[in-house]
Amino acid sequence: MTIAVSVSSFTLGILFGSAGAAAKLSHSLILNGIAELYTTVVRGVPELLVIYLLFFGGSGMIMAVAGIFGYDGYIEINAFSIGVASVGLISGAYSTEVIRGAVQSVPFGQIEAARACGMSRWLILRRVLVPQTLRYALPGLGNVWQLTLKDTALISVTALAEIMRVAHVAAGSTRQPFLFYTTAAVLYLLLTTVSTVAFEQAERRANRGVRRA
Amino acid sequence: MDWELMWDSLPRLLGAMPLTLLLVFAALFFGAGVAFATALLRLSGNRVAETLTAAYVFVFRGTPLLVQIFLIYYGLGQFEAVRDSFLWPMLREPMWCAILALTLNTGAYTSEILRGAILSVPLGQVEAARACGMSRVLTFRRIVLPVAIRQMLPAYGNEMILMVKASSLASTITMLEITGLARKIISQSFAVFEIFILAGAIYLLLNFLAARFIKYTEWRLTPYLRARA
Repeated sequence: MTIAVSVSSFTLGILFGSAGAAAKLSHSLILNGIAELYTTVVRGVPELLVIYLLFFGGSGMIMAVAGIFGYDGYIEINAFSIGVASVGLISGAYSTEVIRGAVQSVPFGQIEAARACGMSRWLILRRVLVPQTLRYALPGLGNVWQLTLKDTALISVTALAEIMRVAHVAAGSTRQPFLFYTTAAVLYLLLTTVSTVAFEQAERRANRGVRRA
Repeated sequence: MDWELMWDSLPRLLGAMPLTLLLVFAALFFGAGVAFATALLRLSGNRVAETLTAAYVFVFRGTPLLVQIFLIYYGLGQFEAVRDSFLWPMLREPMWCAILALTLNTGAYTSEILRGAILSVPLGQVEAARACGMSRVLTFRRIVLPVAIRQMLPAYGNEMILMVKASSLASTITMLEITGLARKIISQSFAVFEIFILAGAIYLLLNFLAARFIKYTEWRLTPYLRARA
Protein backbone atom coordinates (compact mmCIF):
# COMPACT_ATOMS: atom_id res chain seq x y z
CA MET A 1 0.00 0.00 0.00
CA THR A 2 2.80 2.38 0.91
CA ILE A 3 4.47 1.63 -2.40
CA ALA A 4 1.23 2.10 -4.33
CA VAL A 5 0.61 5.46 -2.68
CA SER A 6 4.22 6.57 -3.15
CA VAL A 7 4.39 5.60 -6.80
CA SER A 8 1.04 7.16 -7.67
CA SER A 9 1.74 10.38 -5.83
CA PHE A 10 5.27 10.59 -7.22
CA THR A 11 3.88 10.22 -10.75
CA LEU A 12 1.24 12.81 -10.02
CA GLY A 13 3.96 14.97 -8.54
CA ILE A 14 6.03 14.75 -11.72
CA LEU A 15 2.98 15.76 -13.75
CA PHE A 16 2.37 18.72 -11.45
CA GLY A 17 6.07 19.44 -11.50
CA SER A 18 6.32 19.47 -15.28
CA ALA A 19 3.28 21.71 -15.53
CA GLY A 20 4.66 23.95 -12.80
CA ALA A 21 8.08 24.14 -14.42
CA ALA A 22 6.52 24.91 -17.80
CA ALA A 23 4.42 27.63 -16.19
CA LYS A 24 7.45 29.09 -14.41
CA LEU A 25 9.50 29.15 -17.58
CA SER A 26 6.73 30.55 -19.76
CA HIS A 27 6.63 34.22 -20.57
CA SER A 28 3.10 34.64 -19.28
CA LEU A 29 3.07 36.71 -16.09
CA ILE A 30 -0.13 35.07 -14.87
CA LEU A 31 1.23 31.53 -15.25
CA ASN A 32 4.46 32.63 -13.60
CA GLY A 33 2.55 34.06 -10.68
CA ILE A 34 0.38 31.00 -10.22
CA ALA A 35 3.33 28.61 -10.28
CA GLU A 36 5.31 30.83 -7.91
CA LEU A 37 2.38 30.94 -5.50
CA TYR A 38 1.96 27.17 -5.70
CA THR A 39 5.58 26.32 -4.92
CA THR A 40 5.94 28.96 -2.21
CA VAL A 41 2.78 28.02 -0.37
CA VAL A 42 3.10 24.26 -0.60
CA ARG A 43 6.77 24.28 0.32
CA GLY A 44 6.25 26.75 3.15
CA VAL A 45 3.34 25.02 4.86
CA PRO A 46 3.74 21.78 6.84
CA GLU A 47 2.87 18.64 4.88
CA LEU A 48 0.55 17.52 7.64
CA LEU A 49 -1.51 20.68 7.19
CA VAL A 50 -1.93 20.08 3.45
CA ILE A 51 -3.07 16.54 4.11
CA TYR A 52 -5.52 17.64 6.80
CA LEU A 53 -6.86 20.35 4.53
CA LEU A 54 -7.59 17.93 1.70
CA PHE A 55 -8.77 15.19 4.01
CA PHE A 56 -11.28 17.27 5.93
CA GLY A 57 -12.03 19.80 3.23
CA GLY A 58 -11.56 17.74 0.09
CA SER A 59 -15.03 16.33 -0.33
CA GLY A 60 -16.57 19.68 0.53
CA MET A 61 -14.45 21.26 -2.17
CA ILE A 62 -15.46 18.67 -4.76
CA MET A 63 -19.11 18.99 -3.77
CA ALA A 64 -18.93 22.75 -4.16
CA VAL A 65 -17.51 22.32 -7.65
CA ALA A 66 -20.14 19.69 -8.46
CA GLY A 67 -22.80 22.04 -7.11
CA ILE A 68 -21.86 24.61 -9.73
CA PHE A 69 -22.55 22.00 -12.38
CA GLY A 70 -25.93 21.27 -10.87
CA TYR A 71 -25.18 18.11 -8.93
CA ASP A 72 -25.91 18.27 -5.23
CA GLY A 73 -25.67 14.74 -3.97
CA TYR A 74 -23.15 13.71 -1.38
CA ILE A 75 -19.78 12.81 -2.81
CA GLU A 76 -17.29 10.88 -0.76
CA ILE A 77 -13.76 10.39 -1.91
CA ASN A 78 -11.81 7.43 -0.62
CA ALA A 79 -8.76 7.88 1.53
CA PHE A 80 -6.47 6.58 -1.18
CA SER A 81 -7.31 9.32 -3.69
CA ILE A 82 -7.06 11.99 -1.01
CA GLY A 83 -3.71 10.68 0.10
CA VAL A 84 -2.37 10.50 -3.42
CA ALA A 85 -3.72 13.94 -4.24
CA SER A 86 -2.20 15.61 -1.19
CA VAL A 87 1.19 13.92 -1.33
CA GLY A 88 1.23 14.42 -5.10
CA LEU A 89 0.56 18.11 -4.57
CA ILE A 90 3.47 18.34 -2.13
CA SER A 91 5.88 16.33 -4.21
CA GLY A 92 4.82 18.33 -7.27
CA ALA A 93 5.97 21.56 -5.68
CA TYR A 94 9.43 20.14 -5.05
CA SER A 95 9.57 18.52 -8.50
CA THR A 96 8.73 21.86 -10.07
CA GLU A 97 11.94 23.37 -8.79
CA VAL A 98 14.01 20.32 -9.71
CA ILE A 99 12.64 20.18 -13.26
CA ARG A 100 12.94 23.93 -13.74
CA GLY A 101 16.59 23.80 -12.76
CA ALA A 102 17.19 20.85 -15.08
CA VAL A 103 15.53 22.51 -18.06
CA GLN A 104 17.58 25.63 -17.50
CA SER A 105 20.79 23.65 -17.41
CA VAL A 106 20.32 22.35 -20.94
CA PRO A 107 22.76 24.47 -22.96
CA PHE A 108 20.93 26.98 -25.12
CA GLY A 109 23.25 26.27 -28.04
CA GLN A 110 21.68 22.82 -28.42
CA ILE A 111 18.23 24.30 -28.84
CA GLU A 112 19.56 26.77 -31.34
CA ALA A 113 21.24 23.96 -33.23
CA ALA A 114 18.02 21.94 -33.27
CA ARG A 115 16.16 24.97 -34.55
CA ALA A 116 18.82 25.45 -37.22
CA CYS A 117 18.20 21.85 -38.31
CA GLY A 118 14.59 22.83 -38.90
CA MET A 119 13.04 20.95 -35.98
CA SER A 120 9.60 22.11 -34.89
CA ARG A 121 9.01 23.21 -31.31
CA TRP A 122 7.43 19.88 -30.36
CA LEU A 123 10.20 17.91 -31.94
CA ILE A 124 12.81 19.94 -30.06
CA LEU A 125 10.95 19.33 -26.83
CA ARG A 126 10.68 15.61 -27.46
CA ARG A 127 14.09 14.88 -28.96
CA VAL A 128 16.41 17.39 -27.31
CA LEU A 129 14.95 19.01 -24.24
CA VAL A 130 13.18 16.15 -22.45
CA PRO A 131 15.94 13.52 -22.70
CA GLN A 132 18.56 15.98 -21.47
CA THR A 133 16.34 17.35 -18.73
CA LEU A 134 15.68 13.85 -17.50
CA ARG A 135 19.37 13.25 -17.08
CA TYR A 136 19.96 16.48 -15.17
CA ALA A 137 16.84 16.08 -13.07
CA LEU A 138 17.50 12.50 -11.97
CA PRO A 139 19.48 13.19 -8.76
CA GLY A 140 16.99 15.85 -7.67
CA LEU A 141 14.03 13.62 -8.46
CA GLY A 142 15.69 10.91 -6.41
CA ASN A 143 15.57 13.24 -3.41
CA VAL A 144 11.95 14.08 -4.11
CA TRP A 145 11.14 10.38 -4.25
CA GLN A 146 12.68 9.82 -0.80
CA LEU A 147 10.67 12.75 0.55
CA THR A 148 7.50 11.37 -1.03
CA LEU A 149 8.14 7.96 0.46
CA LYS A 150 8.47 9.43 3.93
CA ASP A 151 5.52 11.78 3.48
CA THR A 152 3.25 8.82 2.86
CA ALA A 153 3.67 7.99 6.55
CA LEU A 154 1.68 11.14 7.25
CA ILE A 155 -1.30 9.79 5.32
CA SER A 156 -1.82 7.34 8.15
CA VAL A 157 -3.77 10.13 9.85
CA THR A 158 -6.49 9.60 7.24
CA ALA A 159 -6.83 5.95 8.29
CA LEU A 160 -5.46 4.63 5.01
CA ALA A 161 -3.91 1.24 5.73
CA GLU A 162 -0.31 1.90 4.79
CA ILE A 163 2.72 0.80 6.83
CA MET A 164 2.38 3.43 9.53
CA ARG A 165 -1.35 2.94 10.02
CA VAL A 166 -1.02 -0.82 10.27
CA ALA A 167 1.81 -0.42 12.77
CA HIS A 168 -0.30 2.00 14.81
CA VAL A 169 -3.29 -0.35 14.92
CA ALA A 170 -1.16 -3.39 15.67
CA ALA A 171 0.66 -1.49 18.40
CA GLY A 172 -2.64 -0.51 19.94
CA SER A 173 -4.13 -3.98 19.96
CA THR A 174 -1.08 -5.93 21.10
CA ARG A 175 0.35 -3.32 23.47
CA GLN A 176 3.77 -3.76 21.95
CA PRO A 177 4.28 -0.38 20.32
CA PHE A 178 8.06 -0.57 20.33
CA LEU A 179 8.12 -3.80 18.34
CA PHE A 180 5.69 -2.63 15.68
CA TYR A 181 7.08 0.85 15.24
CA THR A 182 10.56 -0.61 14.95
CA THR A 183 9.29 -2.97 12.28
CA ALA A 184 7.76 -0.01 10.45
CA ALA A 185 11.05 1.87 10.71
CA VAL A 186 12.96 -1.11 9.32
CA LEU A 187 10.52 -1.39 6.40
CA TYR A 188 10.94 2.29 5.57
CA LEU A 189 14.72 1.93 5.80
CA LEU A 190 14.55 -0.99 3.42
CA LEU A 191 12.46 0.99 0.95
CA THR A 192 14.73 4.03 1.06
CA THR A 193 17.87 1.92 0.73
CA VAL A 194 16.52 0.00 -2.22
CA SER A 195 15.44 3.19 -3.96
CA THR A 196 18.82 4.83 -3.34
CA VAL A 197 20.48 1.92 -5.12
CA ALA A 198 17.89 1.99 -7.91
CA PHE A 199 18.38 5.70 -8.51
CA GLU A 200 22.16 5.26 -8.57
CA GLN A 201 21.73 2.62 -11.25
CA ALA A 202 19.39 4.83 -13.24
CA GLU A 203 21.82 7.73 -13.00
CA ARG A 204 24.67 5.59 -14.22
CA ARG A 205 22.55 4.47 -17.15
CA ALA A 206 21.43 8.00 -17.98
CA ASN A 207 25.00 9.24 -17.86
CA ARG A 208 26.49 6.47 -19.95
CA GLY A 209 27.13 8.91 -22.78
CA VAL A 210 29.01 11.39 -20.61
CA ARG A 211 32.77 11.26 -20.54
CA ARG A 212 34.44 11.71 -17.22
CA ALA A 213 37.95 12.90 -16.76
CA MET B 1 -15.61 32.01 3.77
CA ASP B 2 -16.48 33.05 7.28
CA TRP B 3 -14.26 36.06 7.75
CA GLU B 4 -15.51 36.80 11.23
CA LEU B 5 -14.59 33.34 12.46
CA MET B 6 -11.18 33.67 10.88
CA TRP B 7 -10.62 37.00 12.59
CA ASP B 8 -11.80 35.62 15.94
CA SER B 9 -9.60 32.54 15.72
CA LEU B 10 -6.49 34.47 14.81
CA PRO B 11 -5.53 35.40 18.39
CA ARG B 12 -6.10 31.82 19.54
CA LEU B 13 -3.89 30.41 16.81
CA LEU B 14 -1.26 33.05 17.45
CA GLY B 15 -1.42 32.02 21.09
CA ALA B 16 -0.19 28.58 20.01
CA MET B 17 2.79 30.09 18.24
CA PRO B 18 5.06 30.22 21.32
CA LEU B 19 4.75 26.44 21.70
CA THR B 20 5.66 25.88 18.05
CA LEU B 21 8.59 28.25 18.39
CA LEU B 22 9.68 26.56 21.62
CA LEU B 23 9.67 23.16 19.89
CA VAL B 24 11.60 24.51 16.92
CA PHE B 25 14.20 26.38 18.93
CA ALA B 26 14.71 23.60 21.44
CA ALA B 27 15.12 21.07 18.63
CA LEU B 28 17.50 23.31 16.69
CA PHE B 29 19.52 24.12 19.81
CA PHE B 30 19.94 20.54 21.03
CA GLY B 31 20.11 19.30 17.45
CA ALA B 32 23.06 21.57 16.75
CA GLY B 33 24.90 20.01 19.69
CA VAL B 34 24.10 16.49 18.53
CA ALA B 35 25.09 17.37 14.97
CA PHE B 36 28.39 18.88 16.07
CA ALA B 37 29.33 15.82 18.08
CA THR B 38 28.17 13.45 15.34
CA ALA B 39 30.03 15.26 12.59
CA LEU B 40 33.25 15.32 14.63
CA LEU B 41 32.97 11.62 15.49
CA ARG B 42 32.18 10.81 11.88
CA LEU B 43 35.40 12.53 10.79
CA SER B 44 37.45 11.33 13.75
CA GLY B 45 39.15 8.45 11.98
CA ASN B 46 38.07 6.07 14.74
CA ARG B 47 36.46 3.04 13.06
CA VAL B 48 33.93 2.29 15.79
CA ALA B 49 32.81 5.89 16.20
CA GLU B 50 32.50 6.30 12.46
CA THR B 51 30.35 3.22 12.03
CA LEU B 52 28.10 4.13 14.94
CA THR B 53 27.48 7.68 13.78
CA ALA B 54 27.00 6.57 10.18
CA ALA B 55 24.36 4.12 11.37
CA TYR B 56 22.64 6.83 13.42
CA VAL B 57 22.51 9.18 10.44
CA PHE B 58 21.37 6.42 8.10
CA VAL B 59 18.51 5.33 10.35
CA PHE B 60 17.21 8.81 11.12
CA ARG B 61 17.42 10.03 7.56
CA GLY B 62 15.89 6.86 6.15
CA THR B 63 12.75 6.72 8.27
CA PRO B 64 9.82 9.14 8.45
CA LEU B 65 9.81 11.55 11.36
CA LEU B 66 6.35 10.33 12.30
CA VAL B 67 7.74 6.84 12.93
CA GLN B 68 10.47 8.32 15.12
CA ILE B 69 7.99 10.37 17.14
CA PHE B 70 5.65 7.42 17.68
CA LEU B 71 8.55 5.13 18.50
CA ILE B 72 9.73 7.45 21.23
CA TYR B 73 6.32 8.47 22.58
CA TYR B 74 4.45 5.18 22.44
CA GLY B 75 7.29 2.70 22.02
CA LEU B 76 9.61 3.50 24.90
CA GLY B 77 6.87 3.20 27.50
CA GLN B 78 6.58 -0.48 26.72
CA PHE B 79 9.69 -1.34 28.70
CA GLU B 80 9.70 -1.72 32.46
CA ALA B 81 13.27 -0.52 32.58
CA VAL B 82 12.35 2.77 30.94
CA ARG B 83 9.31 3.25 33.13
CA ASP B 84 11.34 2.68 36.28
CA SER B 85 14.25 4.85 35.24
CA PHE B 86 14.77 8.42 36.36
CA LEU B 87 14.06 9.59 32.80
CA TRP B 88 10.45 8.45 32.89
CA PRO B 89 8.98 11.69 34.24
CA MET B 90 10.43 13.37 31.16
CA LEU B 91 9.65 10.65 28.61
CA ARG B 92 6.08 10.53 29.84
CA GLU B 93 5.48 14.06 28.66
CA PRO B 94 4.63 14.49 24.97
CA MET B 95 6.58 17.75 25.08
CA TRP B 96 9.91 16.09 25.82
CA CYS B 97 9.21 13.24 23.43
CA ALA B 98 8.53 15.68 20.63
CA ILE B 99 11.67 17.66 21.41
CA LEU B 100 13.73 14.48 21.63
CA ALA B 101 12.45 13.16 18.30
CA LEU B 102 12.88 16.47 16.51
CA THR B 103 16.35 16.88 18.02
CA LEU B 104 17.56 13.47 16.93
CA ASN B 105 16.05 13.99 13.48
CA THR B 106 17.52 17.41 12.83
CA GLY B 107 20.79 16.30 14.44
CA ALA B 108 21.19 13.58 11.83
CA TYR B 109 20.50 15.90 8.90
CA THR B 110 22.55 18.78 10.28
CA SER B 111 25.54 16.54 10.99
CA GLU B 112 25.66 15.64 7.31
CA ILE B 113 25.47 19.32 6.36
CA LEU B 114 28.24 20.13 8.82
CA ARG B 115 30.37 17.21 7.67
CA GLY B 116 30.10 18.34 4.06
CA ALA B 117 31.00 21.88 5.07
CA ILE B 118 34.03 20.79 7.07
CA LEU B 119 35.24 18.64 4.20
CA SER B 120 34.86 21.56 1.83
CA VAL B 121 37.35 23.71 3.71
CA PRO B 122 40.35 23.99 1.37
CA LEU B 123 43.27 21.89 2.54
CA GLY B 124 45.64 24.74 1.77
CA GLN B 125 44.12 26.82 4.57
CA VAL B 126 44.59 24.02 7.07
CA GLU B 127 48.17 23.54 5.88
CA ALA B 128 48.83 27.25 6.18
CA ALA B 129 47.46 27.26 9.73
CA ARG B 130 49.63 24.31 10.62
CA ALA B 131 52.64 26.04 9.09
CA CYS B 132 51.93 29.00 11.37
CA GLY B 133 52.32 26.64 14.30
CA MET B 134 48.67 26.37 15.29
CA SER B 135 47.69 23.31 17.27
CA ARG B 136 44.95 21.03 15.95
CA VAL B 137 42.33 22.46 18.26
CA LEU B 138 43.31 26.01 17.44
CA THR B 139 43.26 25.29 13.72
CA PHE B 140 39.81 23.81 14.05
CA ARG B 141 38.48 26.67 16.14
CA ARG B 142 40.00 29.55 14.21
CA ILE B 143 40.18 28.28 10.62
CA VAL B 144 38.05 25.24 9.87
CA LEU B 145 34.94 25.99 11.90
CA PRO B 146 34.34 29.60 10.81
CA VAL B 147 34.79 28.71 7.15
CA ALA B 148 32.60 25.63 7.51
CA ILE B 149 29.82 27.52 9.27
CA ARG B 150 29.74 30.10 6.52
CA GLN B 151 29.69 27.30 3.99
CA MET B 152 26.80 25.43 5.58
CA LEU B 153 24.47 28.41 6.04
CA PRO B 154 22.24 27.98 2.95
CA ALA B 155 21.72 24.28 3.62
CA TYR B 156 21.15 24.97 7.31
CA GLY B 157 18.50 27.52 6.37
CA ASN B 158 16.60 24.75 4.59
CA GLU B 159 16.93 22.61 7.68
CA MET B 160 15.48 25.39 9.85
CA ILE B 161 12.47 25.69 7.56
CA LEU B 162 12.06 21.90 7.58
CA MET B 163 12.05 22.02 11.38
CA VAL B 164 9.30 24.65 11.46
CA LYS B 165 7.24 22.36 9.25
CA ALA B 166 8.21 19.23 11.17
CA SER B 167 7.04 20.74 14.44
CA SER B 168 3.49 20.30 13.16
CA LEU B 169 3.92 16.55 13.63
CA ALA B 170 3.97 17.11 17.37
CA SER B 171 0.22 17.57 17.05
CA THR B 172 -0.07 13.81 16.47
CA ILE B 173 1.06 13.16 20.02
CA THR B 174 -1.48 15.47 21.60
CA MET B 175 0.61 18.64 21.60
CA LEU B 176 -1.52 21.73 21.07
CA GLU B 177 0.82 23.75 18.88
CA ILE B 178 -0.46 25.58 15.81
CA THR B 179 -1.61 22.50 13.88
CA GLY B 180 -2.96 20.79 16.97
CA LEU B 181 -4.91 23.84 18.03
CA ALA B 182 -6.20 24.34 14.49
CA ARG B 183 -7.60 20.82 14.57
CA LYS B 184 -9.20 21.46 17.93
CA ILE B 185 -10.87 24.66 16.73
CA ILE B 186 -12.10 22.84 13.63
CA SER B 187 -13.64 20.06 15.67
CA GLN B 188 -15.63 22.76 17.46
CA SER B 189 -16.55 24.95 14.51
CA PHE B 190 -16.35 22.67 11.43
CA ALA B 191 -14.75 25.52 9.50
CA VAL B 192 -12.04 23.44 7.83
CA PHE B 193 -10.84 25.87 5.20
CA GLU B 194 -10.88 29.05 7.24
CA ILE B 195 -8.81 27.67 10.09
CA PHE B 196 -6.34 25.61 8.06
CA ILE B 197 -5.71 28.51 5.70
CA LEU B 198 -5.08 30.72 8.69
CA ALA B 199 -2.71 28.17 10.22
CA GLY B 200 -0.96 27.79 6.87
CA ALA B 201 -0.51 31.54 6.67
CA ILE B 202 1.12 31.60 10.10
CA TYR B 203 3.57 28.87 9.05
CA LEU B 204 4.31 30.74 5.83
CA LEU B 205 5.06 33.85 7.85
CA LEU B 206 7.38 31.93 10.19
CA ASN B 207 9.22 30.38 7.26
CA PHE B 208 9.46 33.69 5.49
CA LEU B 209 11.05 35.22 8.58
CA ALA B 210 13.44 32.29 8.90
CA ALA B 211 14.48 32.64 5.27
CA ARG B 212 15.06 36.39 5.68
CA PHE B 213 17.09 35.77 8.81
CA ILE B 214 19.33 33.27 7.04
CA LYS B 215 19.76 35.59 4.07
CA TYR B 216 20.78 38.40 6.40
CA THR B 217 23.24 36.23 8.32
CA GLU B 218 24.73 35.04 5.06
CA TRP B 219 25.11 38.63 3.90
CA ARG B 220 26.77 39.59 7.17
CA LEU B 221 29.21 36.69 7.07
CA THR B 222 30.33 37.15 3.47
CA PRO B 223 31.49 40.76 3.29
CA TYR B 224 34.18 39.78 0.76
CA LEU B 225 31.55 38.67 -1.75
CA ARG B 226 29.72 41.98 -1.78
CA ALA B 227 30.38 44.21 -4.73
CA ARG B 228 33.11 46.64 -3.84
CA ALA B 229 31.80 50.16 -4.02
